[in-house]
Amino acid sequence: MTRRFTSLAGSGLLTMALLLAQTEARAQDDLLKTLEQQATDSARAEYVQATFKGTRVINGQSVETPGAGTMVFLISHRFGTLNSGAYNFFGLDQATIRLGLEYGLNDRLTVGVGRSSLEKTYDGFLKYRALRQSTGPRAVPVSVTLFASSALTSLKFTGEDRPDHSRLTYTYQALIARKFSPALSLQLMPTLVHRNFVNTRAQQNDVYALGIAGRQKLTKRVALTAEYYYLLPGNTADEFRNSLALGFDIETGGHVFQLHFTNSQGMIEKFFIPQTTGRWTKGDIYFGFNISRVFTLRSKE
Amino acid sequence: MKYFLVALSLLSWNLASAQSKYTTPSGVVTFFSSTPLEDIAANSNQVGAVFDMTSGQMAFTVPMKSFQFKRSLMQEHFNENYVESDKFPRATFAGKVVSFQPDVVRKAGPQPVQVEGDLTIHGVKRHIRVPGTLELKDNQLIAKSKFVVAPADYNIEIPALVRENIAKTVEVSVSLLCKPVITVAQP
Repeated sequence: MTRRFTSLAGSGLLTMALLLAQTEARAQDDLLKTLEQQATDSARAEYVQATFKGTRVINGQSVETPGAGTMVFLISHRFGTLNSGAYNFFGLDQATIRLGLEYGLNDRLTVGVGRSSLEKTYDGFLKYRALRQSTGPRAVPVSVTLFASSALTSLKFTGEDRPDHSRLTYTYQALIARKFSPALSLQLMPTLVHRNFVNTRAQQNDVYALGIAGRQKLTKRVALTAEYYYLLPGNTADEFRNSLALGFDIETGGHVFQLHFTNSQGMIEKFFIPQTTGRWTKGDIYFGFNISRVFTLRSKE
Repeated sequence: MKYFLVALSLLSWNLASAQSKYTTPSGVVTFFSSTPLEDIAANSNQVGAVFDMTSGQMAFTVPMKSFQFKRSLMQEHFNENYVESDKFPRATFAGKVVSFQPDVVRKAGPQPVQVEGDLTIHGVKRHIRVPGTLELKDNQLIAKSKFVVAPADYNIEIPALVRENIAKTVEVSVSLLCKPVITVAQP
């Protein structure tokens, strides 16, 4: 009887010790749970970051801007067409290039300048992040960036004199993007390209296009990208091709390398939207790359 | 009967503990990585922490996206490539002060303590034991700790190209100023 009682008492103590140990562990977890509860209750609005890796998808702009105080040096390069044959080393003998600098005045507004070897063109642009995709209370489903650029060709005119303003072309874009998952982002780009001067009466001064672009991450640092600009019906759409580009983004520290194939030779809107002549099916494909290097000129405090 | 007593004692213990909690929604945590090439520092002032004065148990949690870097690109890479904030939005710690005596904190000045528990970063939970100090001042609990964390321990992969820029171990400092929780009077 006594023995039975002691064993019972013993098991009772053991249970108690176990229970205590359990409660202790549970108490810690409970503390954590309470905290997490509070944290989710007061969740703050958070901007969705890195919809795209760079400020360009391929040829065209992405919703991304460099951020306050950050300067991006961008080297864009397109070789000749793949179908130019072994004599031209499949296009590698020829090259067009654009050198660009862009600087984030603040987290929303960016200014940029560039110079393309094609038609000796200078360009300058402003890019403004009007809306940023965010989570939390009052979530915003998409990011919207507005883009305006002007391009000036400094090529010597042959033949009759033309006024200087005929050298100018303007581009206006609304870039609307959504990062659907950490890996997948899509972007729509309604675009207007206004050319002050066109060669014939039939050619359009105003060319409208709708672009669509996407990026799918393959690994944390490598992503597949695609970009397509559809020319709205008109003379330009009849005479020229829609621009299509496919490529890879490879990111390493402060650099982003973008390698791609495209049927457009130029690297600014006035070239690749209304002046694309290459046909993918005929092998008029330009291999090219963009390399960006980021410099922090002014750091956040 | 015996179990009833056990249950009762546990219940009362829980009640007692509920009245002596200190908490903050805005603790500060900073980390610092130093290499010959580059110093990287970030801080967050959104640490949620709670400390139980009777048992010495504590927990804290910090949203990874709340870390602020000097360079926006670093911040982006931190979230996108290293700690994968979309997948693992928070770092947490749940643990207790080793052989805790409530009296210790009531002494003047910061009192050295050892804290042990589970630190979870990047979805990896590890048992750690770190030094720290506790101080009760004007009915506020000041908790401080400084320790090192190795990114590799938490499966945070660093690519070869930037390996020289990121230190093997990162120094973490935690500083919490906790206010007592005002509990509703027990019936």
